[in-house]
Amino acid sequence: MTFNRPDGREFDEMRPIEAKAGIIARADGSGYFKIGDTIALAAVYGPRDLYPKFMQDPTKGVLRVKYNMMPFSGSGDRVRPGASRRSREISFVTERALLSAVNLEDFPNAVVDVFIELPQTDAGTRCAGICAASIALADAGISMKDMVAAVSCGKVGDTLLVDLSYAEEAVEDLPVADMPVSFLPRSGKAVLLQMDGQITKDEILRALEMGKEACEKIYDIQKNALKEKFLKGEQDA
Amino acid sequence: MLNRELKKHVLNALQQGLRYDNRGMDEYREITVEMGISKNAEGSARVKIGGTEVLAGVKMAVEKPYPDRPNDGMLMVNVELTPLSSPDFESGPPRDDAIEIARVTDRGIRESKAIDLTKLNLVPGEKSWSVMIDLVSINDEGNLLDASALAAMAAIINTRMPGLTDKQTVDYKTHTNNKLPLNDFPVAITVFRIGDKLIVDPLLDEIEAMDARLTITSMEDGTICAMQKGGEGSFSLEQIEEMLNIAQRKAAELRSKVKR
Repeated sequence: MTFNRPDGREFDEMRPIEAKAGIIARADGSGYFKIGDTIALAAVYGPRDLYPKFMQDPTKGVLRVKYNMMPFSGSGDRVRPGASRRSREISFVTERALLSAVNLEDFPNAVVDVFIELPQTDAGTRCAGICAASIALADAGISMKDMVAAVSCGKVGDTLLVDLSYAEEAVEDLPVADMPVSFLPRSGKAVLLQMDGQITKDEILRALEMGKEACEKIYDIQKNALKEKFLKGEQDA
Repeated sequence: MLNRELKKHVLNALQQGLRYDNRGMDEYREITVEMGISKNAEGSARVKIGGTEVLAGVKMAVEKPYPDRPNDGMLMVNVELTPLSSPDFESGPPRDDAIEIARVTDRGIRESKAIDLTKLNLVPGEKSWSVMIDLVSINDEGNLLDASALAAMAAIINTRMPGLTDKQTVDYKTHTNNKLPLNDFPVAITVFRIGDKLIVDPLLDEIEAMDARLTITSMEDGTICAMQKGGEGSFSLEQIEEMLNIAQRKAAELRSKVKR
């Protein structure tokens, strides 16, 4: 039985996306990524000195990521401030996803900090965070091999979908599988892959194809956000 | 050393009546207030004062009232000075500066009785509404305190109470049109002393150069409902009087930026 999406989207259609670069003046680079009602802000600071000193690596730099939902951002109860097991896990899987794109050897002994904050959420927060962070890293001029794009894929009933909303993730009378993925759009390599729910091998492979295609669209939106900022900068100059 | 040179520079300019951005001593940067910026919050707002940006969100819950106030609702203010918003802020538990902003904002709202907590009880001694206000810095270019206090009140004004289930627990899926019971609109104005000059809404360099500051929170009728002195320096009584005058005058101006 096919699952009809509550907001009338096609199964491979993402929610409306809006992206911006350079939204936080104090940061070395910053990005904004809105997909549906999920909003992610990201700021990059660095490369800067890494302390304590014993953490410094003379052969390569360090990338540190902190993901955080604002206390009022979730549906339901207030999210208690500070790191939770969930936010720490998302921070480190995000870090691993971004690491594949960042040329760490270009800033030995130093650290690049990425801070992701979510003022409003409607599922897909880690993916939106990765998309915003990638824009912020590029905006900061951090040397990278590729951008990083991410989207949640999944299955509701027997239907494979991209970019699940909270209403879709929370469907109760059908089995739901949730599979966030992240790709380096130019090389086509997957850099984040998680799944919870039940899904067959064949479905995973098909969902990955859908996710990859969606990430290519996101990549164009990310590039446009950066171009828009730097073209505007040229006009203002 | 660096600080001493910076201070000399800022003070010299102020003596000639000049600020970096050409503002008057008691002039704020452009203030914008945007309501309803986060749909899962019961109320929310974004305040920008110049380049400084703060988000505020209100979440409500039903909790057991404090034993000494069994017929009142509860109020809580929390401030997150996020590392996203400044290279000077770090992750981790709130530092003294965040705690100070939260407590001064809380005091202004509590002491002015801006929210009528006596109307937020559901079952005496058992169930009351708890109003939780979270303030999150997005970009720090000075004067986070005044921006935070204004954002908190804007989010409170924007709040619509969630529904209740039959068992008097919160039903976040239903939204009512009921506003919080409000009595007043306190506004915090921080006046900074640099040398013998008094200024409002400082830039970061002006904060570096300050001797002392005084935050004064005024109610709509001009009554003062909270104060907080900061910085290492001191004030003369004449300076305090002048600061009170500035605060009352500016409070009306900031209040007018929030649509009610």
